[in-house]
Amino acid sequence: MPEIKVEGLSHVYSPGTPFEKVAIDGIDLETEHGELVGIIGHTGSGKSTFIQHLNALLQPSSGRILYNGEDINATKASRRNIKYKIGLVFQYPEYQLFEETVFADIAFGPKNMKLGEEEIRERVYEAASFVGIDRDYFDKSPLELSGGQKRRVAIAGVIAMRPDVLVLDEPTAGLDPEGCRQILSNICEYRKETGSTVFLVSHSMDTVAEIAERIIVFNNGNISFNAKPEEVFAHAKELEDMGLSVPAPTLIAESLKAKGLPIDGPVYTHEKLLNEILKAKGANKDA
Amino acid sequence: MLKDITLGQYFPSNTVVHRLDPRTKIVLCIVYIICLFQANTWLAYGLVLALTLSVMALSKIKPSAILKGLKPLIIIIALTCLLNLFYTKGTPIREGWPITYEGIERAVQMILRIVLLIAGTFILTYTTSPIELTDGLELLLNPLKRLKFPVHEVSMMMSLALRFIPTLIEETDKIMSAQKARGADFESGNLIQRAKALLPVLVPLFVSAFRRADELAVAMESRCYHGGEGRTRMNPLKMKKADAFALILGALVLAGFIILRILL
Repeated sequence: MPEIKVEGLSHVYSPGTPFEKVAIDGIDLETEHGELVGIIGHTGSGKSTFIQHLNALLQPSSGRILYNGEDINATKASRRNIKYKIGLVFQYPEYQLFEETVFADIAFGPKNMKLGEEEIRERVYEAASFVGIDRDYFDKSPLELSGGQKRRVAIAGVIAMRPDVLVLDEPTAGLDPEGCRQILSNICEYRKETGSTVFLVSHSMDTVAEIAERIIVFNNGNISFNAKPEEVFAHAKELEDMGLSVPAPTLIAESLKAKGLPIDGPVYTHEKLLNEILKAKGANKDA
Repeated sequence: MLKDITLGQYFPSNTVVHRLDPRTKIVLCIVYIICLFQANTWLAYGLVLALTLSVMALSKIKPSAILKGLKPLIIIIALTCLLNLFYTKGTPIREGWPITYEGIERAVQMILRIVLLIAGTFILTYTTSPIELTDGLELLLNPLKRLKFPVHEVSMMMSLALRFIPTLIEETDKIMSAQKARGADFESGNLIQRAKALLPVLVPLFVSAFRRADELAVAMESRCYHGGEGRTRMNPLKMKKADAFALILGALVLAGFIILRILL
């Protein structure tokens, strides 16, 4: 049984007014536990609206979402409980920090779950270590931290609820390359240790290409592609028409191939590109 | 949810009323209110009602939109109605009853007056964008500059405030969603619990409002903003034929109402 099953999901904003807008138009989707799914799409393609349905923040205009076979919008209690099962990290999550200390802010989620004090403490420590926040910071005000640190504290606030599925909306937006790399490796690490499903939403192909196992491309409220990265990136022309680009390594590999270098198979990560170039260089030397 | 608030909301369209100069519309709105407040006969009320309905038809506003705007005022309307009903002296409708014929008349007229007053101002805000409105107001208040009244500053503050209402509403929505995703509960509990539950929303909201204000000030200064002195407009407001026509019509209506009042 798929962990998450989306059936004919549609969402219309402000129905019946001059501002009516169809954000999602009847999408179907299935994901298994433990997958790392990348969601990409142009601004306004419906990807952010879609992920807010996953934890019942938005209710579908039509269609439904099943989590382990049960409709998440069935009752008020199920709508509430799904938020602890499917953790959603919003875009620029650092703007939601509000407590006086870093510790208290990370503990906000677990506290709402009505856990015991010991359990809360344990979860906060665990979540903070996942995102690389030292205990020295626990008593500081979140406002004193740097942008990247704030972001990681905010992510820890969701991880502390130990969700089975972690959904991140543009987790690297507005960070410097080092901050980006750190957050992505934190996310990979977290997934490896807990085995949870991760949804990574981004408009940057390079970010998604680095770590996703499956890529879902949103366009105008519909799903255009839902496949492995190499299959998706093979459609460079269609992606460009949607205002998306293929990852930089793919572009470099393509132009190298055009120049006659022997480059194998699909290339979409920096690592693979490096290997291919080294291989090509070695082959050159032998000749 | 929060986005559904109609707070004098502007409905973009392209009707005759929408195209009028905001100054014309503000002046006509004042004329309308004067007419409404010196109406004291059923004939006068009927005329104002007919006027309102015809402008509504011209600007293609659905009556349901205005009714929606009246909803928050239902208590005030009901209270006014009851007070007038019971506390007006005159002939009781039946011996010993506190309700008089005059009371019923007064109550109905008061309801009409409030509803028409709101309908009139709603037509103004429904057909004029907030920016146009503050621009118009600034130009209308311009003579007050002689009295050292900071007209430009006040209208700039007003347009900034109006500009940031939707932004702040959107931001509140976003922060509420983010806290809900962490299990915050805004819908249950008693009044004190609910007020406390808003803390995780208010703190980030204030932090971001101050940050925005700061950024805006810097952005304005770096584009050489230094008050209204010598400032020109990108889209200067221009009175057109339709405006002259509307203003003359407004003057005639006002004169008509005054004559009506004197004669009757």
